Amino acid sequence: MSASRSVAIVIDGRAVTATEGVTVASALLDAGVTAFRSSTSGSVRGPVCGMGICYECRVTIDDVPHRRACLVVVASGMRVDTASGNA
Amino acid sequence: MSARDRADAIVVGAGIVGAACAAALARDGLRVTVLDKVFASAGTTSVGMGHVVVMDDSPEQLALTTYSSRLWGELGSQLHARSEVDRCGTVWVAEDETQLDAVRAKQESYRAVGVTSSVLNRRELQEAEPHLRRDLVGGLLVPGDSVVYPPCATLDLLQVAREHGAVVREGVDVRELVANGVRCDGEMLRADVVINAAGAAAPALTPRLPILPRKGHLAITDRYPGFLRHQIVELGYLTSAHVMTTESVAFNVQPRSTGQVLIGSSRELVGWNAGFNHAILRQMLARAAHFMPMLSDLSIIRCWTGFRPATPDKLPLIGRWEPIPGLWIAAGHEGLGITTSVGSAQIIADQVAGRPTAIDASSFSPMRVFAAAAGAPT
Repeated sequence: MSASRSVAIVIDGRAVTATEGVTVASALLDAGVTAFRSSTSGSVRGPVCGMGICYECRVTIDDVPHRRACLVVVASGMRVDTASGNA
Repeated sequence: MSARDRADAIVVGAGIVGAACAAALARDGLRVTVLDKVFASAGTTSVGMGHVVVMDDSPEQLALTTYSSRLWGELGSQLHARSEVDRCGTVWVAEDETQLDAVRAKQESYRAVGVTSSVLNRRELQEAEPHLRRDLVGGLLVPGDSVVYPPCATLDLLQVAREHGAVVREGVDVRELVANGVRCDGEMLRADVVINAAGAAAPALTPRLPILPRKGHLAITDRYPGFLRHQIVELGYLTSAHVMTTESVAFNVQPRSTGQVLIGSSRELVGWNAGFNHAILRQMLARAAHFMPMLSDLSIIRCWTGFRPATPDKLPLIGRWEPIPGLWIAAGHEGLGITTSVGSAQIIADQVAGRPTAIDASSFSPMRVFAAAAGAPT
């Protein structure tokens, strides 16, 4: 098995190395981020289904809000903003 | 008083119109009972947009919406935070020079009734709403218009009624409106005044009422705070609303306090079929994207349908129903029921009390139904 390569992304303004080919959700969890978004009442939410159904993992990717982190694969230079960054 | 004590007035229907009637009558000192078949705001009230807007499709409509808009303002702190009152104003947008002429005419008709508005040129329109298409020629800003969240505004109006002694009973199935009374499933309630405020269902209780369910679709997006600053309506909206025979769509978007964007509007006469008409939903969203291309990038999280209580002459039915002693009608408000609920209620309360009404209410009398049936001029 070949060693996995890594890509540099930015999470809430912080430079992070993510494994190439993983989803943004995986990269966020690897980086210790669990609060992906906040509900209207302010409670924090994170991924539940991991397959694009529950919409709980929505984050802002490259300034586009409400993208499902579990469906987007990380790319070099990607900027991801989460509810953790708003705190 | 207990719910079973004789009331002075029974309001049938706890949508926004019934709630407003209950509040107005209870404030006058009447003992009011409100009945709803399901629960407060379960019908059209909870599936529509929440505009409080001045509209000038006809002089009567202009008078009623202007009056109602003022009454909404006077409610003040009686509307709680949950009603999400947002004085965001309305922007009417013009696509071409012809519509810009219509904008100026609209400003004149508003000015005549004391409603402030300002004409926006192309640049000012862009500044007011940056996501509008850049080649729109201008618009009219009506800063006094607002947006409310109708289900909670209904609860707040019912709260006003309760504070003045009203009783609200939900889950009561009214079967028949009789002289000075209401026959419910299993009981007969008596009152001097009975008000049919059952909205699109009003003809089920008063069969002669010319109210048809006029279906609409709405879509709501995820939260995009700051995307929209005003309620926006295309100038052609009144045409879409006015023509009864055809199905139509018109661009109308509204900011919600959550940052969500509520997108309308469609109109169809298809009876009570609540199912999605995907073709008209597609047209409605395409119309919205035509005016505001960036809307296509937003995520819609929910679509639904509802039924406006529409009348053939585009005016609500407000006043005494002479064939049945004690019966009054406050129904048929089409797509303007949130706005005109409070004005309609005050007209009813004034007429019940024998006071002069603040605006000429003769055009709203439900008795015009018989004149129209007889072929007499209305």
